[in-house]
Amino acid sequence: MKRTPYCGILKEMGGKFVDFAGYDMPVQFEGILAEHKAVRENVGLFDVSHMGEVLIEGEGALATLQKVFTNNYETLKAGRVRYSLMLNENGGVVDDVLVYCIKENETYLVCVNASNADKDFAWISSHLEKNTTAKNLSDDTAQLAVQGSSAINVIGKIFKENDIPDKYYSFKIVDGVFSKKVIVSRTGYTAEDGFEIYCDVSDAKGLFDKVIAAGKDVGLKLCGLGARDTLRLEGAMPLYGHEMNENTLATEIGLDAYIKFDKPSFIGKEALLEQAPAKRRIGIELVDRGIAREHAEVYSGNLKIGEITSGTMSPTLGKSIAMARVDANADLNNLFVDVRGKKLRAEKVELPFYKRNK
Amino acid sequence: MEIRENLKYLESHEWVEICGNVARIGITDYAQNELGDIVFVELPAVGESVVADKEFANVESVKAVSPVNSPVSGKIIAVNGALEDAPEMINDDAFDAWFVEVEITALSDKLLDAAAYEKICK
Repeated sequence: MKRTPYCGILKEMGGKFVDFAGYDMPVQFEGILAEHKAVRENVGLFDVSHMGEVLIEGEGALATLQKVFTNNYETLKAGRVRYSLMLNENGGVVDDVLVYCIKENETYLVCVNASNADKDFAWISSHLEKNTTAKNLSDDTAQLAVQGSSAINVIGKIFKENDIPDKYYSFKIVDGVFSKKVIVSRTGYTAEDGFEIYCDVSDAKGLFDKVIAAGKDVGLKLCGLGARDTLRLEGAMPLYGHEMNENTLATEIGLDAYIKFDKPSFIGKEALLEQAPAKRRIGIELVDRGIAREHAEVYSGNLKIGEITSGTMSPTLGKSIAMARVDANADLNNLFVDVRGKKLRAEKVELPFYKRNK
Repeated sequence: MEIRENLKYLESHEWVEICGNVARIGITDYAQNELGDIVFVELPAVGESVVADKEFANVESVKAVSPVNSPVSGKIIAVNGALEDAPEMINDDAFDAWFVEVEITALSDKLLDAAAYEKICK
């Protein structure tokens, strides 16, 4: 199993570890509910060094992005971040990614899912435009996520005001605080304000120590992947391998805002235009007691219309929430979820389940 | 981790307190700690039968569902309904948070005493 630079220290600090995407990762420390609450109400720290990073550089960098991603990067300014899907020729999802514009037209950093890092690097490498290179920086990069409304109070103790991005989905490249440059990004996967800090592995420990020291008076809590999952689910953020995979048509997952059909072309565009979406992603809340988990079947009356892709007991709402992939034309009244042979009543609800007060 | 001397256990981490012909059943402190935050309990109804070593209830943590097996056979005479509204009681004190009381007709032949159970938890 692969390890992040924080594996040892996080085990010493009481993490309960599991295999996640081939990495030995903490699923929880004090407990998922306490960690979830810390992020919703204050601030939590996640090791997300398992995430992959691919640097795309050269005169064809922008053209490469325009080809391999569904979103439009012509308009992305340096210092800004933009989410996208990356599709195969069939319109299925190779991965979902964040793209950082380091230098317009020339240099972009792509943050990808850990489970897909090697596949993504190979995919991007095979679609590079002329005089363009892709570098897989995944093993050289550590990443910590500081998430929650008080995250700014932690980050403010480590970085100067000028070095802190103030808009969501923007970032700063900071020199002089650590031995190498770091990226301070105002992004996250928790539906709260927060930051993700990318550094060279040689600075991993230095960054961790600074974050822990800065978080001491703020009540920063160590968090694991368990809370990361419940937090993103409340925010209805899709997770690769659950809401989508290579066989999921990109127009079936409710992410159309990130698919720019007005671009002349991108990989998968033709396939998407040829097929009407047969499925859709919806939010579900159980009316009866129970928890609707992944793979549970969803019914409209007696008719099976799909299945749960992610589901949990929402720590913030105290309700059983789930995202489901159902037939696009299904009647969404009279919903049931089959939980271990029992048909529990459910209803469709708007996504996201949770939205922070800005 | 707490193990109580006066109880019997199943390898699958249930405890049973036998008092005359009535058994009180729950999950162990080790089990609740392994599961993490328990957020839902699915209990059977009074009058239903349970079979030794077979599943009679489910506990759900944030991450997963786990079956709860019965250390005895018999008929359920009481259910601890408080757990449905406050499943976290199991995390707080697993030996206090009993699931059901059963009128015993037979015991599992796989019951362990505290010392034998403790070895499994290592």
